[in-house]
Amino acid sequence: MLHGYGASLLEGLAVTLGVALASLAVACALGLAGAAAKLSRRPLLAGAAGVYTTLIRGVPDLVLMLLVFYGGQVFVNHLAQGFGSDGYVDIDPFIAGVLTIGFIFGAYLTETFRGAFLAVSAGQREAGLAFGMSRWQVLRRITAPQMLRHALPSLSNNWLVLVKSTAIVSLIGLNDMMQKAQQAAGTTREPFVFYAAAALLYLLITSVSELGFGWLDRRSARHLVRPRS
Amino acid sequence: MNFDAIAQNLPLYAAGALTTLKLLVIALAAGLVAAVPLAVLRSRPQRLAHGPVWLFTYAVRGTPLLVQLFLIYYGLAQFAVVRESVFWPWLSSPWFCACLAFAINTCAYTTEIVAGAIRNTPHGEIEAARALGLSAAQVMRRIVLPSAARRAIPSYGNEVILMLHGTSLASVVTLLDLTGVARDVNSRFYIPFEAFITAGALYLAITLALVGLFHAAERRWLAHLAPRR
Amino acid sequence: MNPDNDAGPPTLQVTDLHKRYGAHEVLKGISLTARRGDVITIVGSSGSGKSTLLRCLNLLEQPHQGTLVLDGEALQLVPDRDGSLRARDAHQLQLWRARLAMVFQQFNLWQHMTALENVIEAPIQVLGLSRRDAIERGRALLERVGVGSRAAMYPAHLSGGEQQRVAIARALAVEPQVMLFDEPTSALDPELVGEVLKVMRDLAAEGRTMIVVTHEMGFAREVSNHTLFLHQGRIEEEGDPREVLVRPRSVRLQQFLSGGLK
Repeated sequence: MLHGYGASLLEGLAVTLGVALASLAVACALGLAGAAAKLSRRPLLAGAAGVYTTLIRGVPDLVLMLLVFYGGQVFVNHLAQGFGSDGYVDIDPFIAGVLTIGFIFGAYLTETFRGAFLAVSAGQREAGLAFGMSRWQVLRRITAPQMLRHALPSLSNNWLVLVKSTAIVSLIGLNDMMQKAQQAAGTTREPFVFYAAAALLYLLITSVSELGFGWLDRRSARHLVRPRS
Repeated sequence: MNFDAIAQNLPLYAAGALTTLKLLVIALAAGLVAAVPLAVLRSRPQRLAHGPVWLFTYAVRGTPLLVQLFLIYYGLAQFAVVRESVFWPWLSSPWFCACLAFAINTCAYTTEIVAGAIRNTPHGEIEAARALGLSAAQVMRRIVLPSAARRAIPSYGNEVILMLHGTSLASVVTLLDLTGVARDVNSRFYIPFEAFITAGALYLAITLALVGLFHAAERRWLAHLAPRR
Repeated sequence: MNPDNDAGPPTLQVTDLHKRYGAHEVLKGISLTARRGDVITIVGSSGSGKSTLLRCLNLLEQPHQGTLVLDGEALQLVPDRDGSLRARDAHQLQLWRARLAMVFQQFNLWQHMTALENVIEAPIQVLGLSRRDAIERGRALLERVGVGSRAAMYPAHLSGGEQQRVAIARALAVEPQVMLFDEPTSALDPELVGEVLKVMRDLAAEGRTMIVVTHEMGFAREVSNHTLFLHQGRIEEEGDPREVLVRPRSVRLQQFLSGGLK
C-alpha cells in the first residue's frame, strides 16, 4: 500500500521526533530562565521577559521560522563575507527549526514554570528558611521537586502543540515526516495515502505522549492521591 | 535595513492582512456554527452520541493543521471520483480548501471547548430548571447553552488567536495572505528581516486587538462571576 | 523582665523591636527576655502584632529597629534597601535560625516528603548530620510526640493534629535553644487541639525554652511562667499568667479576656 515508502516515512518520523525533543530542551531552558526573570524583583528583567512572551504569542510560528531561516541566511552570509569568504553559506534547516520552535515554546513554558513555582505554597518555603536552609537549598529540596507536579498538565499540553508545530519545518527543507510524505506523494501520485499515513503517525506520537504524561501525572501525585485509611 | 521597499508595498501588506482576516472570519464562523450541535452531542453520556464526535475531535486535534490542509488540497485530488465530481471547482481552489481545512480544525477545538463548558454547568442550576417543569430541550437552550457560552469565552478567545496564527499556512498553498505577501516581498527584494518583521508587527497588532476584544467580552459577560466590589 | 525565673543568664534577649509596614507601625518598641526553661506566652487580639513579633525573632520578618541577642551572641543587622534591617551575614542567619526552631499555624510540612523525611531534612541539610543519625533521631522524636506509626506517611494523609505533631518533631530535631510557636493550635479542629497541647505541656515540663503565640488561655495560665499581652504593637501588660490572666490590671486586657476585644 505504501509502495515501499514505509521505511522512508519512518526515517522522517525519527527526524520529526528529533526536532521535537531538541526544541523541547531549548524551550525548557528558556522557560526556566524566563520564569526566573518574571519572578525576580528586578523590573528590567521582568519587563524583558514580558516583552518576550507577548511577542511570541502575537506572531505565527511560520513567520518567525521564515524570519530565522531567511534572515539567518542573510546574516550569516554577511558575516562570512566580512571574514573574506566567497561562498554561499547554508543554514541547516534542523538548526533553524529547533531554534525557532525552541524559542517560541520557551515563551509558553515561561508561563508554565512561573505558575508551577507560585503553586508551591509559600508556607513550605518559609518553613525551609525558618529552619536555617539557604535559599538555594530551599529551591533545590523543597520548591523544585514539587514544581514538576504542578507543571505537568501545562507541560504535556505544550508538548503536544510543539510536536504538531514541527510539521512546518518541512517547509524550509527539513527531511522530516512531512517532507518524506511529500516526496513519496510526488513520485507515486498518491498524496492522500501518504498524508493520511503521516497523519496517523502524528496521531501515534500524540497518543503515546498522552499515555506517558498520564502515567507521570499519577506517579508525581502519589503523595496526595491515596485516601486516608 | 531598508524599509523603502516595504513602504512602497504597504498596500500589498494591507491586502494581505485583509485576506488573513477574511480567512479567519470564514473559518471561525463555519467552525462555530458546526461546533455547537457537535458539542451538545459530545456532552451526552451515551456512547453512540459522544463517540463519533470524540473520534473526530481526537483525530483533528492530534494532527498538525498543515497535514489537514495538504490532505484536502493535495490529497483529495488523487481520487478520480473527486476530480470528476460537481464539487471539483471548489476542491481545486486554494481559497476553498484553506477555508475548509481551517474550519474543520477550529470546529474540533471549539467543540471540545464548548463541550467542556457545558459539562461544567453547575448541576444545581439544571436541577432547578427541571424542577420547575422545563423540558430537556428548554433546559439546554435557555439555561445550559447561555451559561456555557459565557464560561467558554476565555478559552475561545485563545482559540481565535491560535486560528489567526494558523491562517498563515494559507501562504503554503499560494494564497496571498499576510504571510504570503511577506514571502513574496522577500523573494522579490531579498529583504527577509524587513519583510517578515513587518508581517510580524501586523499580526501582533491584530492579536492585541483581538485580546482586547475578548477582555472586554469577559468583563461584560462574565461580570456575574467576578468578585463583588 | 521576668523576675519569676532565676535560671541564669538570658538565652534570648530582644531589645526595643520596631516594625512598620509602610506608614503603619506594627511593633512600637517591644523588649523581652527569655531564660532557659522559660515558657513565654504572647496573647492579644488580631492586629496586635504578636505573630509579627515572633517572626521578627528568626527574621522571617525584618524589623526596622532593635537588637536580637542569643546566648550572648548578637545577630548582626544592617539596613536593607527598604529601610528595614536584614542580616549582615547569610551564614550567621542560617545558624541563628537553626538554633530557634519554629512551629507554624498552618504546619507548613513539606508535602512531597514523608513525615520522617520532613523531620530529618534540616538536621541533614543545615546541621550536617549523617542520614543514619538523622533517621535515628527522627524516629525517636516522632515516637515521642506520638506519631511514630506515621513515619512513612505523607502529610496529606495525616490529620491536622498529627501533622502539627510531626511539625513539632521537626522542630525538636534541630535541637533548638528556643522553640517558637506561632498559634500552633489555631488551625486545628477543636477535638485535635488537646493532643498538640499535651505535647507542648510535656516539652515545657522538660524545661524547654518556648515562646508561644496563642489563644489558648488555659495553656497560658497553666503552663507558661510569663505572659505578654500585646495591644496595637506595645506590651500593654506582662507578668506571671496566674496574676495577669486572672486579675488583669489594664482595662484593655480585661476587655480582651472577657471577649470584648476581637
